[in-house]
Amino acid sequence: MTTRDWPLWEVFVRARRGLSHSHVGSLHAPDAEMAVRNARDVFTRREEGVSIWVVPAAAISASSPDEKDAFFDPAADKVYRHPTFYSVPAGVEHL
Amino acid sequence: MYGNHDTTSVPVEAPAADDPTFDRDFMALIDDDGRVEPRDAMPDAYRRGLVRQIAQHAHSEIIGMQPEGSWIGRAPSLKRKAILMAKVQDEAGHGLYLYAAAETLGVDRADLLDRLHTGRQKYSSIFNYPTPTWADIGAIGWLVDGAAITNQVPITKCSYGPYARAMVRICKEESFHQRQGFEILHTLSHGSPQQHAMAQDAVDRWWWPSLMMFGPPDDDSPNSARSMRWGIKRFSNDELRQRFVDMTAPQSHALGLSLPDPELAFDALTGHWRYGEIDFTELFEVIKGNGPLNAQRMAHRTDAHERGDWVREAALGYAAKHARTEAVA
Ligand SMILES: [Fe+2]
Ligand SMILES: [Fe+2]
Repeated sequence: MTTRDWPLWEVFVRARRGLSHSHVGSLHAPDAEMAVRNARDVFTRREEGVSIWVVPAAAISASSPDEKDAFFDPAADKVYRHPTFYSVPAGVEHL
Repeated sequence: MYGNHDTTSVPVEAPAADDPTFDRDFMALIDDDGRVEPRDAMPDAYRRGLVRQIAQHAHSEIIGMQPEGSWIGRAPSLKRKAILMAKVQDEAGHGLYLYAAAETLGVDRADLLDRLHTGRQKYSSIFNYPTPTWADIGAIGWLVDGAAITNQVPITKCSYGPYARAMVRICKEESFHQRQGFEILHTLSHGSPQQHAMAQDAVDRWWWPSLMMFGPPDDDSPNSARSMRWGIKRFSNDELRQRFVDMTAPQSHALGLSLPDPELAFDALTGHWRYGEIDFTELFEVIKGNGPLNAQRMAHRTDAHERGDWVREAALGYAAKHARTEAVA
């Protein structure tokens, strides 16, 4: 009630070896070590992970949702970046 | 959520297309069954409604630890004790997922807790009933968690991304909660005559409050229309209640226990179980704070919070000290 809340951390979990870490949620903790321990208790109680990353939420920079159209539009008219853009003569395989 | 009865809010009409505040882009996204994400522009009422609902849901998860937590030290075997501890720990986690989801809408957890402690936000009334016997733990798992799951599964598809994602995790974990409750009742019901009577007594006491967890009848639920229009709620209170009755009525036969409703009967015409009229006057009394344990639950909650204050402060002090030493090194 008197103390301000602990800082917020974003939690990333590697579900198993061979996969990348994925965002699973966030939690409050006083420091990185406690954030990792709390993340273990909160997000991997049923063996959901083999590795945890925590990142101070305040340290994340993100693209702005307001500019998402202008920001991502340049990719929209470049269909030639996809293999489906190209026509392949009948009978050609493994291309 | 644990209860659908959203009693703290002022009824607001569903937005109409000619409303000047109507946000066309936003509604197009909703109509397209798209997902709203934290930093998106959203109508103020949508944001406020979500904060209130998610907070009330989070509060219910952590207050819900009390009725069961009181039995951890008295569980009848080590196995039952380990199971109950795992369940209560899950509920703490559910509270945490939900507070985090609420925080993505720009509120602080500390502030939400403060609103709970000062009575400005509610939790589900179901947790204001006592748990006098071990069979109550069975009845809570089977009926209260069962009703909660029925309410929560549709929220995994709600329009607000973080709430939906939190609910996916919660629903996965809830499935064991209901089964362990069912198993407790099944064991008692097939035990000694005294154990059977204890199981029956608990079910008799929890049945009607569980049905009330779905909230007031549809014609008496002013917020539902707006919630449904916004894709936060997918089914009406009465639809969910019916789904719950259809699920649990046959299970009671397997338990060898009866449900305390003489009008409960399967209707072959509709394929649904009919049930008797629910006396909501009791629910509204409990919501108003006149339930058996409202005061005790709140006192326990604020006391635990206040007594934890020095721990939160010490941990911050420790972190600050280490940050300083690292900066020097
Ligand atoms: Fe829960
Ligand atoms: Fe549960």
